Amino acid sequence: MESALSLHRLHFAFTITYHYLFPQLTMGLAPLIVIFKSLALWKGDERYNRAARFWAKIFAINFFFGVITGVPMEFQFGTNWSKFSQYSGGVIATALAMEGVFAFFLESSFLGIFLFGERRFGQKIHWLSAVMVFVGSWLSGFFIIVTDAWMQHPVGFEIGPDGTAHLRSFWALLGNEWAFWQYIHNMGGAAITGAFAMAATGAFYLLSRRQVEYGRLFLRVGVITAAVASILQLWPSGDFHGKLVTRYQPATLAAMEGLFQSEAGAGIVLIGQPDTDRQRLDNPIYVPYALSFLTYRHWESVVKGLNEFPRDQWPDNIALLYYSYHIMVGLGTIFILITIMAAFLLWRRRLYESRWMLWILMLSFPFPYIANTAGWITAEVGRQPWVVYGLMRTADGFSSNVSAGNTLFSLLGFMGMYSLLSILFLLLLWRELMHGPDFLSAKEPPPGSSVIPQTAEG
Amino acid sequence: METIWFILVALMLTAYVVLDGFDLGVGIVAPLVAKGHEQRRLVLRSIGPVWDGNEVWLLAAGGALFFAFPLLYASSFSGFYLPLMMVLWLLMLRGIGVELRAHVEDPLAWSAFDFVFSLASLLLAVFFGAAVGNVVRGVPLGADGYFFEALWTDFRVGPRPGILDWYTVLTGVLALVTLGVHGAHYLAVKMEGEIQARSRRTAAMGWMALVLLTAASLFATLYVRPQVLDNFRSYPWGWLIPALVFGSLAAMPLYRARGNDRAAFLASTAYIAGMLGGAAFALYPDLLPASTDPSYSLTIHNAKTGAYSLRVGLIWWSLGIVLAIGYFTFLYRSFRGKVSLREDDGY
Repeated sequence: MESALSLHRLHFAFTITYHYLFPQLTMGLAPLIVIFKSLALWKGDERYNRAARFWAKIFAINFFFGVITGVPMEFQFGTNWSKFSQYSGGVIATALAMEGVFAFFLESSFLGIFLFGERRFGQKIHWLSAVMVFVGSWLSGFFIIVTDAWMQHPVGFEIGPDGTAHLRSFWALLGNEWAFWQYIHNMGGAAITGAFAMAATGAFYLLSRRQVEYGRLFLRVGVITAAVASILQLWPSGDFHGKLVTRYQPATLAAMEGLFQSEAGAGIVLIGQPDTDRQRLDNPIYVPYALSFLTYRHWESVVKGLNEFPRDQWPDNIALLYYSYHIMVGLGTIFILITIMAAFLLWRRRLYESRWMLWILMLSFPFPYIANTAGWITAEVGRQPWVVYGLMRTADGFSSNVSAGNTLFSLLGFMGMYSLLSILFLLLLWRELMHGPDFLSAKEPPPGSSVIPQTAEG
Repeated sequence: METIWFILVALMLTAYVVLDGFDLGVGIVAPLVAKGHEQRRLVLRSIGPVWDGNEVWLLAAGGALFFAFPLLYASSFSGFYLPLMMVLWLLMLRGIGVELRAHVEDPLAWSAFDFVFSLASLLLAVFFGAAVGNVVRGVPLGADGYFFEALWTDFRVGPRPGILDWYTVLTGVLALVTLGVHGAHYLAVKMEGEIQARSRRTAAMGWMALVLLTAASLFATLYVRPQVLDNFRSYPWGWLIPALVFGSLAAMPLYRARGNDRAAFLASTAYIAGMLGGAAFALYPDLLPASTDPSYSLTIHNAKTGAYSLRVGLIWWSLGIVLAIGYFTFLYRSFRGKVSLREDDGY
């Protein structure tokens, strides 16, 4: 039983972590593509159109991989988490089904028009389709966040006569305050991934002295967006999201901070290794009083430690939770430092010549992926031992009719399949990066056959 | 209210099978009708702009099923665990086959992608057919509403059935031939010349197999699950459904003989709708009948969600589906007409 539970958890964790590598970039790039399209319409400059087309290709590749790795997620609620689905389907399936009819249809239809309809429908429809793809992808994210927010902080439901959760208020579900802050925080994270990817591409083009003109454009848009998004990620969205955790999941907060004992004037730990057995933090480096101040705005406030909570309500992997939270916050802080420096250089007109900064920007593109992943691990491991916070334990939510052997079979299958996908993805992406935006004009349309357009000479 | 949702979910699943059915069918018949690189490219191009949107109907239908009947979703998805995992992998492989072929310039890779695309399409059709067969035959549900089926046991329709037994293999092959014919009809509409002629010939051959398999599956169903006739006895208007099935079956060769490919395609669409509609009609009010004890069957009454949710759902669902149909109409109108390899047609 125990091993089946762990395998089902690993199954979902692995597939969702891999899946989210793609949507975070598409959701981050979508508004930037709208910016390029709008600039092209407004200024009538063909370069912006080429930039939009180039990023549309990167978008399309990521969208395709997001779709084919996203379908398994929709299935796994039922295949691997049937008891959870039976219990909470009356509520969360509203959000998931709405994602289907409102977001998926919108996204898939307008993406086709955006990728292949530029000449057929003209610039205005093309701009509109870019906007609709943006709306669709962000709407899709919203419904997923509503689903997760309900698992973190269940609202708007009642327990029906059959013992399962039934929806009581549609608007309470969609208007969950947890969903609001989590959505803003999550989309901010996606925007950072998209902006860093764009800035890194720009830096790569400048450093390798190709596509220099576009390199500068990508740097400009990427750095400014990344700086704004990184700051907003700390405040307000990170701060308010953290306050919700403090209020509704206090045991989670204690574990995230590595606070085993309640403390007045608690400090915030920057680095240190939690020792769950001895219930202490080894080798801590901390800022005194900072945690009390950040959570309650008083230097001397008491922050509850794990000792205040019964052991069976502690998150079951405190070390992972602690590290993923610290990695997210640490990287977020570094993003602010890097992007403010880069924005300053941009303002002083020295960015394009500052090779050291270009190197930093180019090499930093993987870190937003890590930060986003760590953030999601914080949210989901932090929710443990509950699958629906306070209502249903994870141990009661999995498909007990599916044996550990069958689960391992499909987990290994996914691992093999995703190894193959990774290779194909990197090959495709590398090709597009090497071609760059200079080749892409509307007059020689790529003879694309499908969702992912081909390169001009392909 | 739950009856309305039963109908809506059945309609969405039918929409999925009709829409994704023709691009699966294209994958099935592609090796028969398209020879060489250029023809293969052309055939893929005929489904290029639409296959992804078609597949969204599977997700939307699955979402609606989860929404309206959470217990059915939980029970059937976990009970059909193994075949569903394989369906997921096949869907991925098929997507790779369609999308990535255009990105390489190597004949060896082309044949690999073609092979993957056709094999995955073929297996998906068989899996989906076997799935319908499993639902009609019934599954070994326990008192808690759950079951688990191995891929196969002894291939007999007994108390301990596997996903595959002689009956579901039959429905799987029926689905394969149905979608093959459907896909061939689609290609006859979208293609010209050699490929069109071969598509018509393939459809004609497939039709003969289809007639035999339809009759065989009908008798097999009556043998495996005689209760399917109950609803037809209570509601005689239901006999219109088999009339639609046989009418559309007869219409296919007639229209083909006149060279009216569009009407033949509509006939195979009507055939699919009739077969699935008939299955849904015969099942109602069951969603997933139990082969163990009929009282364990999942029905629209014991698997439905709260009444409030279903009522509100009707509002947002109607709004969403009207929008979706709007997008689809626009998408299909934009890419209507014959497909060619000319570079200036945008596709």
